[in-house]
Amino acid sequence: MKITIDELTKVFYKKGQSLTALEGIDLNIQDGEFVCLLGPSGCGKTTLLRILAGLEKPSTGSFEIAASGKERPLQSMVFQERGVIPWLTVKENVAFGLKMRHLPKSVVQERTAFYLEKVGLDKFARLYPKELSGGMKQRVSIARAFANDPEILLMDEPFAALDEQNKFILQEELLSIWEETKKTVLFITHSIDEALLLSDRILLMSSQPGRITEEIKIEMPRPRTMEEVRADQTMTEHFVKIRSHLDSEVQGSRT
Amino acid sequence: MKDQYRDPFAVEQEEWKKRQWKNRWKQLLTFSSPIFILVLWEFLSRTGLVDARFFPPPTEIVGTFIAMSASGELFHHIGISLFRIFSGFLLGVIPAVIIGLFMGLYSPIRHFLSPLIMALMPIPTLALLPIILIIFGVGEVSKIVTIAGSVFFPVVINTVAGVVNIDRIYLDVANNYGANSKHFFFKIALPGALPVMIEGIQMGQAIALLTIVAAEMMGANSGIGYLIWTSYNAFLLKEMFVGLVLISFFGYLFSLILRGLQTKLLPWR
Ligand SMILES: Nc1ncnc2c1ncn2[C@@H]1O[C@H](COP(=O)(O)OP(=O)(O)OP(=O)(O)O)[C@@H](O)[C@H]1O
Ligand SMILES: [Mg+2]
Repeated sequence: MKITIDELTKVFYKKGQSLTALEGIDLNIQDGEFVCLLGPSGCGKTTLLRILAGLEKPSTGSFEIAASGKERPLQSMVFQERGVIPWLTVKENVAFGLKMRHLPKSVVQERTAFYLEKVGLDKFARLYPKELSGGMKQRVSIARAFANDPEILLMDEPFAALDEQNKFILQEELLSIWEETKKTVLFITHSIDEALLLSDRILLMSSQPGRITEEIKIEMPRPRTMEEVRADQTMTEHFVKIRSHLDSEVQGSRT
Repeated sequence: MKDQYRDPFAVEQEEWKKRQWKNRWKQLLTFSSPIFILVLWEFLSRTGLVDARFFPPPTEIVGTFIAMSASGELFHHIGISLFRIFSGFLLGVIPAVIIGLFMGLYSPIRHFLSPLIMALMPIPTLALLPIILIIFGVGEVSKIVTIAGSVFFPVVINTVAGVVNIDRIYLDVANNYGANSKHFFFKIALPGALPVMIEGIQMGQAIALLTIVAAEMMGANSGIGYLIWTSYNAFLLKEMFVGLVLISFFGYLFSLILRGLQTKLLPWR
């Protein structure tokens, strides 16, 4: 197991008001698995990721990320948006994690160049983020996370702010890098299509308190394209099922 | 002529030319206001509409400036004032930036020091000059300390504000990628706070000039402020105006330099 989450609960408490964001999350993710988290807004997806990223502490329960090497960081996060640091150039942003770890210059150089090329930003290496489009910024974020070579990758709706065209392109790029590196990925999305295209497994969450209520294994062989996913019979059934789950959750939280 | 028959490039070129003209016009306006004032002043003074003893015509002030430069004494005053301004400025800015970054990054330090800074800030450093003179004597140190004291506050306050207002997400990114406190300091807090910090430094520079003149009026026997003060006392108003114009010239020059530094230091903005 790469990620083991055990009875994890997170309560936000403020001035006598408490809110159970996550309740009794039990989850095992295998090495190299691509898992998508899908759930209504406010169900605690970001909170779960931030806990795994070490940015928030669980109230009770625990989690573990299995380490394979000595020198590898446990996780790297691709943030929802705005995660690219404006005062660093594209190249410096991609090299950020590596520099924090004081790796030799040559290694930093080489890995940065490799991933810049992978996401097609090698020509823009010296620019500052203000000169980039939204899609290019997310590419920087993704390159930064992969260049860091972590045990697991955490992605919080990395494509949510993009237009359809860019989204398709970046999804494909992500899949091709992922298939080369076989990283374990935990990916948050609101888009059922996206989840079906990317996942080995989809986890559905309920809203407040956030629980994992269902999981769907996606057996469709890779590489997949969006057209194939949309044309596939089983995938369509999955789509309808997930859709109705989300609808009922949203309805439930309104009443 | 119907619109679709016109050459779109020609249309845009024309627009561009119009914009160029507008820009030149605006530049002209920027230069014209000081020139206008000077010409008006010259006119009023020459015609006796204002008293030429109190407002000697600008051309005569220029003449006085040339005469004073010839003796070399003027440059002695300028030199000593600039030395005081620079030393005082650095002595104020450097600790202000360091303390400000620490206060911004570590909230316990911020909470501990904030009340002290808030309480000390409204006291004009000039009001403390007698005490400063007692502690540091009448030498250079007392003037430098006075300037440092008045530069310190705007810079420290802006630095703290700059750090505190850095978008939280960049702190998360740094945390997530394993930044240690040194990285936080130099890779996040310092560059992230720099834009607001520079505004504070600009304010500090203006205050430094105000302070030096007043400090040299009160307790010095050299410098531009001293020149203004002694000239005034001896009713040498042309000499006094030379001093005043010099101060305003340096104020303008320093803000130009800082403006240039700003674009150099903030290429990402
Ligand atoms: N720091 C915090 N303090 C208090 N409450 C919080 C905090 N962070 C999140 N919450 C609450 O916890 C719940 C879950 O938030 P979270 O951001 O994890 O949702 P999400 O599933 O990521 O939503 P979305 O899909 O809209 O991004 C929300 O009700 C939110 O208001
Ligand atoms: Mg979220």
